[in-house]
Amino acid sequence: MSEATLAPEKAPPALRAKPKLGGIIAISVWIAVAVAFLIYFVRAFDVSLIERFGADYLSGLWITVSLVTVSFVCGAVISLPIALGRMSTNPASRSATFAFVYFYRGTPLIAQIFLVYYGFGQFRGFFETIGLWWFFREAWYCGLFALAMNTAAYQAEILRGAIQSVPKGQWEGGRSLGLPRGVIFFKVVMPQAMIVALRPYANEIILMIKASAIVAIITVYDLFGETRQAYSRTYDFQTYVWAAILYLALVEALRHATNWAEGRLTRHLKR
Amino acid sequence: MDALTLLGFGETGWGDDIAAGVVVTASLSLATLPIGLVFGFLLALAKQSNDRLLNLSANIFTTIFRGLPELLTLFLVYFGVNSALNSLTTATGLPDIALSSFVSGMVALGVVFAAFASEVFLSAFRAIPHGQREGGLALGLGRFKVMLLVILPQLIKIALPGLANLWMNLLKDTALVSVIGLSDILRQSQIAARVSREPFLFFGTAIVLYLLLTILSSFAIGGIDRWTKRGEVAK
Repeated sequence: MSEATLAPEKAPPALRAKPKLGGIIAISVWIAVAVAFLIYFVRAFDVSLIERFGADYLSGLWITVSLVTVSFVCGAVISLPIALGRMSTNPASRSATFAFVYFYRGTPLIAQIFLVYYGFGQFRGFFETIGLWWFFREAWYCGLFALAMNTAAYQAEILRGAIQSVPKGQWEGGRSLGLPRGVIFFKVVMPQAMIVALRPYANEIILMIKASAIVAIITVYDLFGETRQAYSRTYDFQTYVWAAILYLALVEALRHATNWAEGRLTRHLKR
Repeated sequence: MDALTLLGFGETGWGDDIAAGVVVTASLSLATLPIGLVFGFLLALAKQSNDRLLNLSANIFTTIFRGLPELLTLFLVYFGVNSALNSLTTATGLPDIALSSFVSGMVALGVVFAAFASEVFLSAFRAIPHGQREGGLALGLGRFKVMLLVILPQLIKIALPGLANLWMNLLKDTALVSVIGLSDILRQSQIAARVSREPFLFFGTAIVLYLLLTILSSFAIGGIDRWTKRGEVAK
């Protein structure tokens, strides 16, 4: 391996070349798009629409945020035993958790939501006898259930990767200090694993915000559901543009917050 | 009726309708893939060029289409482009043209795929040492040939796991296009479920079919992975 012994390559000095044709064309396309949008927006802008639907959009935004928050937290709780099962030495629990993760990651969320919302309704009698029908009757709870199980599968993989990224010596060091396994896991391994997992977790929240739009199809009035309703009443395309702006703002705010949090949490690792 | 009759082919069963849905799902994903790959590759080239305006343009594209929900992108394309086309054709008097749900799905999923793929390609580009390009140039190869013969073979190998992930997402996201009326697996199962009043059976079948497509893809990807590593020492 001669490559490994070479000094790390430095990037060549940045060429402050004058913008070339490609860049000028590309940016002018964007400027043209932005201007066209602005003109369209100024012409189509309608204060009465905001008066009519502004509150609906805000309540939709709140539904989206609360749905994602609750299902993310539920998913996190469910993901812990699954991640532990994936890492266990028992082949039965290993294969069972692998099947769970493969099932949820290998199928579309929209199909899972349909299966829960429409499919489970077929077993109404069964759910009534075990007293869970109030749960699977509501679209909101069905969406919550499907999203939570789905994210649990993804989060289990994040958690597993993060825990396995902590060197074995950390376990051994804890053992040699006479710490019980639980204490080593929660006080030594987890804090280090969580730093590794921060970015994947933030990505997962972003993916969930985007995926949660699907619950609008099963009549939950989240941000996308309110948008669809506003569009079906007005046939005004700007209703979709508002939703796009709100979603983008939400995702970008989260992305910047993650960057900030990561910089803050790893400040002891920087030299 | 029992499950086997319902899932059977022919007059009494929905098997043939759902099988047609599988073909639609597979062809939509396969048709979107090259668009996304080529566009994503070009975006990655734009992001690593030293032209700052080109970087900025590519980054704006990625930010928008990575941040929007796929379903919203799909609706923006389907309703937005169609209403734009509609006003364009009425203004100019041209014959009516409209995007079908298949083409809308191709465009929407293609730009989403491209936005994500550009990041995969970009990190793969960064993983290839600079000396590879310089060595190729020193041998007298042209810039295009260096890209084709030296960079690209290494790039595919590094980018494959990331791209495989994106392919799985693409395959799953095609289910969203059923919402705007494409008769794919999910839509055909939905119709069957409504008519036969057996939603659990049919949505369960749809999920199993998606799972089969995923498993099939992972075999194919494993084959491609072995092919890209054929020059390495066998283990």
